[in-house]
Amino acid sequence: MLQINIDKKLHGSHGEMKLDINLKIRKGEFVALSGKSGSGKTTLLRILAGLESSNGTIMVANETWQKENFFLAVQKREIGFVFQDYALFPNMTVEENLLFVEKDRELSNYLLETTELSALKKRLPSSLSGGQKQRVSLCRAFMKRPKLLLMDEPLSALDPSMRSKLQQEILTLHKEFETTTIMVSHDPAEIYRLASRVLVLEQGKIVNDGTAKEVLLKTSGSQKFSFDGELLEIVKIDVIYVAIVAIGQQLVEVVISKYEAENLLIGSVVTLSTKAFSPIIKQNK
Amino acid sequence: MIETLKNLDLTPFVLSFKLAGLTTLILFVISLPLAWYLSQTKSKAKPLLEAITALPIVLPPSVLGFYILMVFVYVDLNFSFTGLVIASCFYSLPFMVQPLQGGFEGLNKNMLEASYISGKSQLNTLFNVALPNIKPALLTALIITFAHTVGEFGVVLMIGGSIPNETKVASIAIYEMVEIMDYTTAHIYSGLMVLISFIVLLSVYIFNHTQKKIGGVH
Repeated sequence: MLQINIDKKLHGSHGEMKLDINLKIRKGEFVALSGKSGSGKTTLLRILAGLESSNGTIMVANETWQKENFFLAVQKREIGFVFQDYALFPNMTVEENLLFVEKDRELSNYLLETTELSALKKRLPSSLSGGQKQRVSLCRAFMKRPKLLLMDEPLSALDPSMRSKLQQEILTLHKEFETTTIMVSHDPAEIYRLASRVLVLEQGKIVNDGTAKEVLLKTSGSQKFSFDGELLEIVKIDVIYVAIVAIGQQLVEVVISKYEAENLLIGSVVTLSTKAFSPIIKQNK
Repeated sequence: MIETLKNLDLTPFVLSFKLAGLTTLILFVISLPLAWYLSQTKSKAKPLLEAITALPIVLPPSVLGFYILMVFVYVDLNFSFTGLVIASCFYSLPFMVQPLQGGFEGLNKNMLEASYISGKSQLNTLFNVALPNIKPALLTALIITFAHTVGEFGVVLMIGGSIPNETKVASIAIYEMVEIMDYTTAHIYSGLMVLISFIVLLSVYIFNHTQKKIGGVH
């Protein structure tokens, strides 16, 4: 369905780098795009949308969007785009925002109903909450019945409860319209809930490609759980050694052996995992 | 005093406002595409165009007037109302272009892109998305251009001469009254100018203040 083979020189925050993407996406797939900031995720979305140029080819459902000197204008590509900052038209009401895209009142009513926005359709965007604005933006993106839906960190500005509500709505709409979707996201829970496939971008290249389980789950083999953390200190109490590790917002104490204590470097990133009985602490490369 | 008021000739004011109105209208049509282009372009020629556009702000009106005078000799436009309108358009150009350009540049780029992604052309986006969302800048551009044209003196003096009912606008009339030492009329004319200008500016600032409160701009 979607075939991308593009490259582009980028001047990122870490100096020059080359975005080099060779990728096939099946129809109806929900792809999450993950990776550090500055790895080229947003640029890739913008290139797909036709907002930025690049070298190479982009084919969508047997239609050429970009090839050699040919460049299909952004207006002619059948895409929906959801921006992190909503990008609604402030001079139009909720309903007008949708109808500006396509004069399809039936579809707009349906979308507003699905996202529980019907009561707000005469309101201006400035009077809405962040979650409501992003739902309007989501509805607007579906108004063209796009072949490809692109979302650039759509939920990262919202609080957790609003986030999970919107995730549900995105899921519902995705099932309903079967739109091939690419979403930039950093939130593992969000990716796990929504995406059928995860791509990890690093320095402009895809370094990991698989299902959410394959890419995101850190445990392997017989491990019961596994966390990455920062080793803050090793304290000797009588004959045992205790490592203090920061995992997320929390500090934990782990009893370690003398051998481990000698080989672990304070300040390094460690993986803390446990099998059925014994906890293991291992320094990351 | 009463006698002077009765015989007061208001034609210079009518001329001034007619000139300012026409200039504002013409400049709006010319400046809209220019300001939009300047706000959106990544071209290397942008600073050049911006510098040319801003020239009338720094040039003494006599310099602008002199060049226009030289050109008008060939098209026979000196000392005519039409000539005044054309000269005013040059003189007031930056006062229309700059606020509009600033307004467009302040718009959320993603919002404009959202419009393009929706399949809308640049023109459609300009009129339905960009322009309605820069109301304060738009109003500033229109009013300042109008007021600046009413207040123009040097260029009008050089191009227009002082032909009654044709090119003798308010600012020129005041200058003449002072020259012939008719201070009463000069006082009335000047007082009127101050009053009108103040009311115009005050309404612009009040409008912009309320707009910002509503949060119409990004």
